[in-house]
Amino acid sequence: MADPMRIRAALSGDKVEVKILIRHDMETGLRKDTEGKVIPAHFIKTLTAKYEDRVVLDTVMGIAVSKDPFLSFKFKGAEKGGKITVTWVDNIGDTRTDVAVIS
Amino acid sequence: MNQSRRDVLRMSSAVGLGLAGSLFGSLNAFGAEWSSKSFEAKSLQDAFKELGVDQYTQSADVSIVSAEIAENGAVVPVSVSSEIPKTEYMAILVEKNPSPLSAAFNIPEGTDASVTTRVKMGETSNVYAVVKAEGKWFVASKEIKVTLGGCGG
Repeated sequence: MADPMRIRAALSGDKVEVKILIRHDMETGLRKDTEGKVIPAHFIKTLTAKYEDRVVLDTVMGIAVSKDPFLSFKFKGAEKGGKITVTWVDNIGDTRTDVAVIS
Repeated sequence: MNQSRRDVLRMSSAVGLGLAGSLFGSLNAFGAEWSSKSFEAKSLQDAFKELGVDQYTQSADVSIVSAEIAENGAVVPVSVSSEIPKTEYMAILVEKNPSPLSAAFNIPEGTDASVTTRVKMGETSNVYAVVKAEGKWFVASKEIKVTLGGCGG
């Protein structure tokens, strides 16, 4: 099972800054191991961040996103104590959802 | 009434056929559907085509913030942002990567058109930020030098 994400969401003024750090290999499928065998591609394809029921960021990713992906963005219209839910799905169907509370 | 409806349908299917390639790319991207065509495009031109970017304007309102030189191509922090009102979509492309499209973001109303992430770069390359606002495309680019490639070559 995939490792938990680290999500920080902090309200400053009228905006919430969200920072997401994901544990994921993001294998390109272009690399070879020491025996010359191709290491199969394994990467996150989609990531959605929601504030309560509202989508605040919708992302598609390819193999060129770095290992252990990081994302940060800001949005308006949220309150302290509200919930940010982040879900990703990768190319082999693994998925993970984590929740953070806005501070 | 039926006749005119058919005409509309016929017209839209004709137009649709012509635009199918480019439209599908952008429609998929908009629903955050992962489009293999746009991610597997091997050149910047093809990737633009698959995203549905036909005509675009170079814009000073689109910016790419990063270091001039990335020591490690495996982890290159990049921020893209747009000052263009009603920006609804942004994508990051690395021209000289085996597949240029790195990531794309749908920006709902209320979310700043400014996203930071980290991408891999195989070699020194121009990085493109592509922005869609009210159906129009805007582009900015910046060269990032890489001293150590990040595609495991």
